[in-house]
Amino acid sequence: MDRIPILKLGSALLVSIQVDIHDQLARALEEDLSARIVATGARGVMIDISGLDVVDSFMGRMLDNIAAVSRLLDADTVVVGMRPAVAITLVELGLSLTGVKTALNVERGMALIGDGRYEALEDDRAAEGADDRDPG
Amino acid sequence: MDGGLAILARLVETKGDALLTRWRELLLEAGASGGGRIKDAELQKQCREFLQALGTALNAGVDARGVAGPEFASARALLDEVSRSRAAQGFSPRETATFVFSLKGPLFEQLRDQFADDAVTVSNVGWEMSQLIDQLGLYTMEVFQRSREEVVRRQQEEIAELSTPVVKLWNGILALPLIGTLDSARTQVVMENLLQAIVDQSAELAIIDITGVPTVDTLVAQHLLKTIAAARLMGADCIISGIRPQIAQTMVHLGVELDVVSKATLADALALAFQRTGRTVVRKAAKG
Amino acid sequence: MIATRDETLAIRHSDDVVRVRQAVRGEAIAAGLGLVDQTKIVTAASELARNTLDYGLGGTARIETFTDAPRRGVRLTFEDHGPGIADLDQALTDGFTSGSGLGLGLSGARRLSNEFTIHSVVGEGTRVMIARWK
Repeated sequence: MDRIPILKLGSALLVSIQVDIHDQLARALEEDLSARIVATGARGVMIDISGLDVVDSFMGRMLDNIAAVSRLLDADTVVVGMRPAVAITLVELGLSLTGVKTALNVERGMALIGDGRYEALEDDRAAEGADDRDPG
Repeated sequence: MDGGLAILARLVETKGDALLTRWRELLLEAGASGGGRIKDAELQKQCREFLQALGTALNAGVDARGVAGPEFASARALLDEVSRSRAAQGFSPRETATFVFSLKGPLFEQLRDQFADDAVTVSNVGWEMSQLIDQLGLYTMEVFQRSREEVVRRQQEEIAELSTPVVKLWNGILALPLIGTLDSARTQVVMENLLQAIVDQSAELAIIDITGVPTVDTLVAQHLLKTIAAARLMGADCIISGIRPQIAQTMVHLGVELDVVSKATLADALALAFQRTGRTVVRKAAKG
Repeated sequence: MIATRDETLAIRHSDDVVRVRQAVRGEAIAAGLGLVDQTKIVTAASELARNTLDYGLGGTARIETFTDAPRRGVRLTFEDHGPGIADLDQALTDGFTSGSGLGLGLSGARRLSNEFTIHSVVGEGTRVMIARWK
């Protein structure tokens, strides 16, 4: 069975969903991510959905679930790159993803994960800071 | 005896100058120059050309279609021009219709003078003439009405375009100054523009300024809230500024809770945006 | 009203839900819907296709584009021969679910459509028709 690749970027995990995926694949991603957070001790999970032209309630729930699980495992979840039409539709659908942080792009998302973790560091160094802490 | 229309045709041909003079007098009397918006020379030219076109049409003969027939093509073209230009110049319907209707008087006077001892001809031809002028008058009004609608439609488009600019205030900070009444359709367009601009400019903050919005109803308030929620999903925050006291009260009465950051003025909102993005504004020390 | 295009897809696996989404997107573009309208009808289609699969035990999706001057749009009909819905009002309430979903499927699809009708008979099945136009 296909899997969506999970990349490790510093102390964060990066998932990029580029095509319309079916429900099992989404469920598998949810499981894989939980396992990888624990295995890598990741502090943040970034999910890039800039390639998605549809997010329905199933996918929305998956994003919410990932965020909730990550929180329990002490990691932040940031969803990045949601398209305007997708955002308008999700709001209309009644999903607000309140448990999820959001960012316009991967760069901003990294800064967001960094911000929460390294408050003592200067803002503009936060993103690089994440790299320095690579446990591997 | 000639048909009524042939008599009219001859009348227009032979008494053209007298008709023109009298018609112009009546037009000026009736205020058909729109208080000087049309110059006398222009008005004269329009009258003369119309009389010529009318004469041509009458000579060619009128068929069952009346003034809609091909004989009246040039007369109609002239009336089109007259109506459109008057609609664009803001003439009232009365001022515009008067152009055609005031030709009745002079025509009837000429008819009466020519057939002073033949009451039957005067009334018969007069009746035909009256019907003809009425038709032309109605045609003028139709064109006038269409032209007005066209003007309104164009203005609406212009307003919609003018009132939906998303402006960049600073790197990553956008402003959407809303002006005028927001209906549901317009709000939707405006909001989609804003969200697209957020992506295009990678803006993390958008200020929606509603200083220029006279009223906000429940539907529009909901649209605002949805936009703010959508922007958040994309990773951008919105600040609302310039809510008028009456609008704030109305919204509270309507039970609309705007669970968003709101500032009194656009300036306050910009100050907050600077603060949020880690910027400070410092006044330069006065020169020495 | 004139139906300009018409196709029917089977819904048996979760792959079919993806296929329905893609077919609806294609038709929505063909009908000239704007990006936001496209996204709304595709999302609604996804919700209903999943319902057909999960609750209706499989069925069909009929996708039509229509012209009903001045309107042009897409109409979708989802049909199954599953257990049917006993209480439609309840099923259309936000957050109500008989399964494991969020309960936004039917109510969400209704909000995302210009027109929504549902017909269900317990023991016979369910038919949902939605349309979106510009």
